[in-house]
Formats: sequence, C-alpha cells, structure tokens
Amino acid sequence: MNKLIKWGLPLAGLGVLAAGWWLGLAWAPPDREMGDVQRIMYVHVPLQWMAMVAMLLNFVAAVSYLLRGNASWKLDSTAESAAEVGLLLGTLGMVTGAIWGRPTWGVYWSWDPRLTSEAIMLVTYTGYLVLRRFVEDPDKRATWSAVVAILGAINLPIVWFSVRWWRSLHQVQSSPKTVDPQMVLPLRVSAIGLLLITIFFLITRYRLALAERQAEVALPDALPEASGSVVSNAHKVA
Amino acid sequence: MNRPAPIGLLRATLALLRKDLLIEWRTRARLNAIVFFALATLLMFSFALGPDTRLLEKNAGGYFWLAILFASVLALGESFRVESENACMDGVRLAPADARAIYLSKALGNALLLVALGTLLLPVMVALYGVKVVTGFVDLGCVLLLGSLALSAPGTVYAAISSNARARDVLLPLLLFPLVIPALLSAAKATTLVLQGDPMNQLNSWLGLLLGFNLIYWGVGFLLFPRIIED
Amino acid sequence: MTVRIPDTNPLAMPSLSAAPALALHDVSKRYGRRWALARLTYALPAGRSLLLTGHNGSGKTTLLRLVATALGPTAGKVEVLGHDAVQERDTVRREVGLLSHASFLYEDLTAQQNLVVLARLLGHPSPGDVADTLLTRVGLGRRSDNAVRGFSAGMRKRLAIARLLLKAPRIALLDEPFGELDPAGIHDMEGIIAELKASGVTVVLATHLVEQGLTLCEERLHLQDGRAVAA
Repeated sequence: MNKLIKWGLPLAGLGVLAAGWWLGLAWAPPDREMGDVQRIMYVHVPLQWMAMVAMLLNFVAAVSYLLRGNASWKLDSTAESAAEVGLLLGTLGMVTGAIWGRPTWGVYWSWDPRLTSEAIMLVTYTGYLVLRRFVEDPDKRATWSAVVAILGAINLPIVWFSVRWWRSLHQVQSSPKTVDPQMVLPLRVSAIGLLLITIFFLITRYRLALAERQAEVALPDALPEASGSVVSNAHKVA
Repeated sequence: MNRPAPIGLLRATLALLRKDLLIEWRTRARLNAIVFFALATLLMFSFALGPDTRLLEKNAGGYFWLAILFASVLALGESFRVESENACMDGVRLAPADARAIYLSKALGNALLLVALGTLLLPVMVALYGVKVVTGFVDLGCVLLLGSLALSAPGTVYAAISSNARARDVLLPLLLFPLVIPALLSAAKATTLVLQGDPMNQLNSWLGLLLGFNLIYWGVGFLLFPRIIED
Repeated sequence: MTVRIPDTNPLAMPSLSAAPALALHDVSKRYGRRWALARLTYALPAGRSLLLTGHNGSGKTTLLRLVATALGPTAGKVEVLGHDAVQERDTVRREVGLLSHASFLYEDLTAQQNLVVLARLLGHPSPGDVADTLLTRVGLGRRSDNAVRGFSAGMRKRLAIARLLLKAPRIALLDEPFGELDPAGIHDMEGIIAELKASGVTVVLATHLVEQGLTLCEERLHLQDGRAVAA
C-alpha cells in the first residue's frame, strides 16, 4: 500500500498528465481566435481546479477541527498540507494565467473578479501559513489557524462578488468562452493526471505534518502509569 | 454582602465596553496615536501625488479609508495589549465574563474609535483635498459607521490571535488586509459617491454590501472568538 | 490590614455540601511535549484546606489554573464542589477565586476603578460602594484614586486580594500569596487566609513557605514533575 502511494501514484499521475498534455498540444485543434497560445489552458485550468480542491479540503479540515472537542492532529495536519499544496498549485495557476493573459489581453494582469479573488486567496493562505510558523504552542496554533482558515475562506466568495460588482460598474468587457468538444477531452485527462499528483502531494505532505506534530506534541502513550491508588479513570486523548 | 445574580450577555458587554472606554479616556493613548498616524497618512498621500488637487479630490474616498485601515491596525493591536498586561484577559474571563461579551465589547470599542477617527479626519480632507459632501452628512455617517464596524469585526478576531503570537506587528496586517478588501472597496466606493454625487443611485448597493459583510463577520466572530481565548 | 470577610453563602458551610471541595480524576495537562501534570488523582474533602508544595515547575500553578478553569485539562476530569470544570465552567468560575502571579489589574485604572469593573461584571447593584468597602478592608482606602501603575508590589498584592474577596468565592486558590510581601505583609496575608477559612472558604495554597502553609492548611499535596509524591 505504502509503495503504491509512494511510487504508483506519482507515476500514474505523470503518465496521465503526459497523455493529457499530448492530447492538448498535438491532438486538439488550435483555438479559432487565440491560436496555439490557448493550449496553455491544459496546464492552467487543471492547476486552478486542483488549487480549489485543496483549499476546499483545508476549509473542511478547519471546520471539522473546531467542531471536534479534542485536538485532532490528523485534521490539523490535513489543513496544513492542503493549504500548502493549494498555495503551490494556485501560484502556478496564477503564473500560467498571466502568461496566457499577456498575448490574449495584452496585459499580464487584469482586475477580473476571478483573477482578483485568486490573488487574494493566495495572500490569505500565505497569511495562514505564516501564522502557523509564528505560533509555537501546537494546540493554540491548530485552533487559531483553523479560525483564520474559516474567515479567509468565507471571504473569497465575498471578494469575488464585490470585485465583479466593482468592475461591472466600470463597464469592462467580459470574455465569453466557447469550448470545443475536442478541447474537453484533453482538459479532462490532464485534470485527472494532476488530481493524482495532487493527491500524492497531499498524502506526502500530510505524513510530514503529522510526523512534525508528533515530534512537538507529547502523545498520551508518553504518560506514566496512573499515579495514586484511588482511581484510574478511562484515559482518553484524541 | 451576598453574591448578586449573574448578569446577561448585554450587560456584560456594556460593562466591558465601559471599562475599555474608561481606560481610553484616562490615557487617550490610542486615540492620540491613531489620529496623528492617520493625519500623517493623509498628508503623505498629497505629497506622493504632488499638488494636483483635482486628482486628490477624485481619490479622496480611497485615501480616507486607507488612512483609517492603517490606523485601525494600531488601534486593534493596542486594544489587546491592554489586556495582556498583568494577564487582565484571564481576570475578565474568570470573573466570569462571557467570551462573546468580550468579543462584542472589544469590537464595538474599536469601531467607535474608528468612527471618532473618521469624524476627525473629515475636516482635514476638506482642507487638504478640497472635497465637498455632496449627498449629505447622513449618507457619510452611514458609510463611516458601517465601514468602521466592518473593519473592526474581523480585525478584533485577528488582533486577539496576533496579540499572542510572535511578530504580532507583521501578522495582524498580513491577516487583516486581504480579508477586509471587500469592506475597503465598498466603503471607499460609497465615500466617493457621497463626495462626488451619486447620479446613478449606486450608493445603496454599496451600503448593502457593507451591511452584508458586517452581518457575516460579526456573526462568525461572535461564534469563533470564544475558541480563540479559551483553552 | 484587618480584613472582615463578607458573609458567604450559607451553602458554603462544609456540613451542607457532601461533594469534595476539589476532585481530580486522572488529570493530565500537556504543554507541547511536556506533561505539566501527569495522571494526577486527588480529592480534597469538603471543609479542609490544602497546601500545595513542590519545586518550581512541578505543576502547582498549572494545577491551580486548571481548578480555576483558566486552562482546560488535556485529559481527565476536574471537579470543583461537584461541578465539572469543563462542562459547567461558568458555575465553577463563580465559585472559585484565583490569586495568581499576574495581578489581573489594569495599570491605567485606579484601584477603585479596577474593583468597580469587576463588581459590575458580577452584577453588584452599587459597585462603587462595594469597591470602597473592600479597599478600606485591605488598607488601600487612602490610595483608592491612584492609578495602579504607581503601586508597589505589596500594594498590588493587596488590591489583587481585594479583587478575590469581591467575588466572595467558596474556594480561594492562592498562588504564592506571600511572594513580594514584607514581613508585615506576610503577617497580614496570614490573617486574611485565616479569616477566609473561618468563614467557611476552602483555601488551596501554593507556596514555598512550607511552615506558614502547614499552620494554615490541614491537607498537603506535594508535586514533583506533575505527579503527587510523598513530601
């Protein structure tokens, strides 16, 4: 099982991703308006999707952490690894998006609601990870970063909405996208490939994070036998 | 001397707010600091842009809220520094005071301070940038109130966190700035409309957005704050 | 400093309450990798007072803070007068008073204002009068309008004990009450503790001055590395 995750998952992911990219670069037709430039979509869009998946995982882990009464290091580690992987994928997605934007719109950056929310998402999760580095106490770190993760995640739809509103009052053209069915297949294949790689990253980072927690938190089995002779209640720590 | 019956959330909030205002009144440390800081910020904008009054007037709404945002970082941090001296926060928690009352009192106190700051900055904007209040002071008051509440609701949560972390001075703006972008955007936009006229009747939409932002973050802060300060 | 302890709730009389004043069931508290308390089990019978001894870092302060509900146990169960310190936290908080290393005092408020703030939180109808009475009792009557910032360590200790008395607790948790006091102050503090006991308050005393402690307390718990050992 372990070997399968360590070698099988990334190899399968790379294979599928290579197939997807080959389909995208060689098999799919060039875009009618943008030409071959548009082919960066097969890299860019899956990156964005996986970044969203990772951030969603971070949000779910943060909410579950706060709902659980006892400190759950597994949920805390899940949240940390998801935020880190999501930040990596999101940054790559942003860079590929800017590379795409330059020949398409003539600029690397536009104040488009999606781009803006994504930039704010990256800053938000950078703050989240910085907070984690700046709090020594593992219990406090877990709780506080969960609160920050929830507030930051709630903010993203509000940002998207308010920026859209802000821009729409400025009358900026929207960019309608019509997707050729021959573009859908390579996109899907690339997305599946990247999903496998993302899962591999998440699992690897999660194991590291959990090992870090176990190194800085004394686990219940480090406790001595019950002291005193009166009671030995059922002893439970999450 | 018998023990009186425990007090409710509202009375606890008011008692704590009264305490914070009393400390503020006795030292005036926070208000003085943030007023001068915000004034300096407004002044710096005029130097950074050069003596083009038309440009300054056009952007006044944005500069006004940036000055308040920068000053709010100082005010928020200071509001929890008072509690960390002599572990006063423990004293209040163990009194016992409802953690949610602590949140409400801190957030309201910070909002009040920002409203006072905004009120003091307005004449300065008139003098420095040559702005005029076109649609009326009631509108401006609404924007100021809703904007200040919107900055202080998440700001209080983050100040409570960063006041106990290392490098708190870096951490608070890093966490707060991305979060308050929608509030900053709508408050600045609404202020611009108030100062330059609102021919297309957009002011209410921006006030509505601010109100929604407030409802969400006051609610979330109210729910989550106890988890931050209780062990 | 002559202190008349307020008449406490008649329920505080030991004969009426069957539950132990304090019960620790297999309690552990972890700070990061360190176990400050490791599976501690102990019960303090109602009506008895407890002396906590042990070296620095042995877990005395952690134990007091757990009982005061300033901290939550990592594992195990703390019961105070039969109430669970986690489930019924607010009830426990009303019953216990903590005199801690940190004074819980606002430096920028006067002695009187510090007590008034707490009295308001506790719901006293006339907080000012209660505060004045207590200030006179702890010998700070003439300094009541001075800011705490100018107080000596001994005066702070007196004000902190007035803060504790204001709560009229049934359990008084005293963490090094004799620290920073001159001989006269130590004598006064012994008087206060004796009177607290006489009025039916359970005293839990953590101190290095074992002799003083042994004359004041019937029970003794010696901690070493977070575990109970024979003294």
